[in-house]
Amino acid sequence: MTDGIRVRLALRHEGFALDVDLALPGRGVSALFGPSGCGKTSCLRAIAGLDRVAGGFVAVDGEVWQDDSRRLFLPPHRRAVGYVFQEPSLFAHLSVQGNLDYGLRRAARPHALDAAGVVAMLGLEALLPREPAALSGGERQRVAIARALLGQPRLLLMDEPLAALDAARKAEILPYLSRLHDSLAIPLLYVSHALDEVAQLADQLVLLGGPHGVHSGPLAPMLARLDLAAAFADDPGVVIETTVGAHDDEDHLSRLDFDGGALFVARRPEALGQHLRYRIHARDVSLALDRPQASSILNVLPARVIAMAATDTPALLLVRLQAGATPLLARISRRSWKALQLAPGSAVWVQIKSAALLDGQNAIHVNTGCAAGGVAGR
Amino acid sequence: MLLTADDLAALWLTLKLAATVTVLLFALGTPLAWWLARSRSRWAHPVAAIVALPLVLPPTVLGFYLLVAFGPHGPVGGITQALGLGLLAFTFPGLVLASMLYSLPFVVQPLRHAFEAIGERPLEVAATLRAGPLDRFFTVVLPLARRGFVTAGVLGFAHTVGEFGVVLMIGGNIPRSTRVLSVQIYDHVEALEYAQAHALAGGLLLFSFVVLLAVYAGQPQRRSF
Repeated sequence: MTDGIRVRLALRHEGFALDVDLALPGRGVSALFGPSGCGKTSCLRAIAGLDRVAGGFVAVDGEVWQDDSRRLFLPPHRRAVGYVFQEPSLFAHLSVQGNLDYGLRRAARPHALDAAGVVAMLGLEALLPREPAALSGGERQRVAIARALLGQPRLLLMDEPLAALDAARKAEILPYLSRLHDSLAIPLLYVSHALDEVAQLADQLVLLGGPHGVHSGPLAPMLARLDLAAAFADDPGVVIETTVGAHDDEDHLSRLDFDGGALFVARRPEALGQHLRYRIHARDVSLALDRPQASSILNVLPARVIAMAATDTPALLLVRLQAGATPLLARISRRSWKALQLAPGSAVWVQIKSAALLDGQNAIHVNTGCAAGGVAGR
Repeated sequence: MLLTADDLAALWLTLKLAATVTVLLFALGTPLAWWLARSRSRWAHPVAAIVALPLVLPPTVLGFYLLVAFGPHGPVGGITQALGLGLLAFTFPGLVLASMLYSLPFVVQPLRHAFEAIGERPLEVAATLRAGPLDRFFTVVLPLARRGFVTAGVLGFAHTVGEFGVVLMIGGNIPRSTRVLSVQIYDHVEALEYAQAHALAGGLLLFSFVVLLAVYAGQPQRRSF
């Protein structure tokens, strides 16, 4: 029996066609990323069995949920799936406790997740006797996530769970999702059109609706691909996995080590040896031929130019670099590229203006080998 | 005593009729309203129109056709005779059947609106939490449509209490079998027994007002999460 998630779907609506062929790992977070209307939600609904897509195949951990070649289609209530909708969709006639019990009572035994643990993880203890009407949008979504988990799913699906929330509510829920990511033993498919959420949470990235069809693979290499940069609109960048290497309390800095160098960032609360994921925007990276001697920029790393690609803005180029084993992206002007006489293979110094911290929680890492392939959409 | 023995018999018969009709209409109207609320069939509109017919037809039209259908040469009469039940016209069961048709829209429409107001989402949520179709109906639809059921029951009951034309056509005026309150009032007025007529008519007026007040006061507030 094969591990992980296998999905083959041919979505057809009027004026819309998307062929998806995915093999995703049986653990960790896979993000379905793409612009609105590219078929992300349709994919998720088909996987849950809420919509029936003809000719589809869906299997989770070797358990086949749909195989139209064998006329097999399990209705949603026969699939061990957890679904978090964009709007929290709590049952209005039940209290928070009642909503949680609804999923728990119908779940297959034995329960892998116990109610007390899930309630604690999502911080719901004080909310249990409340009615959904008395909750904020963020609280409702946390209850909806807990309810889906207590259904003891073998696959958790989230359809833009933060999209209906304002920035403050988003910031309130993201830490819970990070915690979920660290502790969850089942795969999570996360639909989003917000790159910051994806960069923070995902291990695997599935790009939908780009000009080149469907692509999928581990997050960090996918983000560093020049040929896919257009999918990330005007904010390309990479994520790097780092380890807290040192703290400097005098200057309030921490040193984060990664394969390819070290970064200095504002003092982190994490202990030495902890893992942190950072996102480095291409717009924050500049290049120099010589090591800058007198500069206020703190982070300067040696790297090698790998390739270059044009961007939507004619004046700007996207340069792919390699620092040790770590790929980086820099966005520089076409004039600078010419003035520095850069070419693939050039040795350069990379200057990083600031590094945006992504993950305040402990480290994430669940990347397993994954054979992911995409077939072009039409 | 203001009410005669005949009045009390008519009152009791009316309550029995209205209660029977309401219970039967819940059983028939709930699946019908569910189907109308969710079906995308091309038959949904014609069926909805037929269900609503009693709202606009003169009761005498309905009564006339029912009388023909119940008669010895009508389709229903043929069936009931073949089953050894005799003819339904001028009997209590015939009255029940006629009243069900007459009051059908008053039960189906509130239920249909209540089901439509729930929408797909709560049912989809329940399905992903492993609730099967019947489970979803009893644990999600029924509680969320509770106000609709109250409205449907109250309106169906009250409307059956208040019918006159169909009863007169199909039930005749047989004491203790088909003579209901509205017919009894008519008889009192015909006989110029105004005091008797007042007692029953005033009672019905008050009853109807209280019922409608209860329905309006209990209108559900639209809430969704």
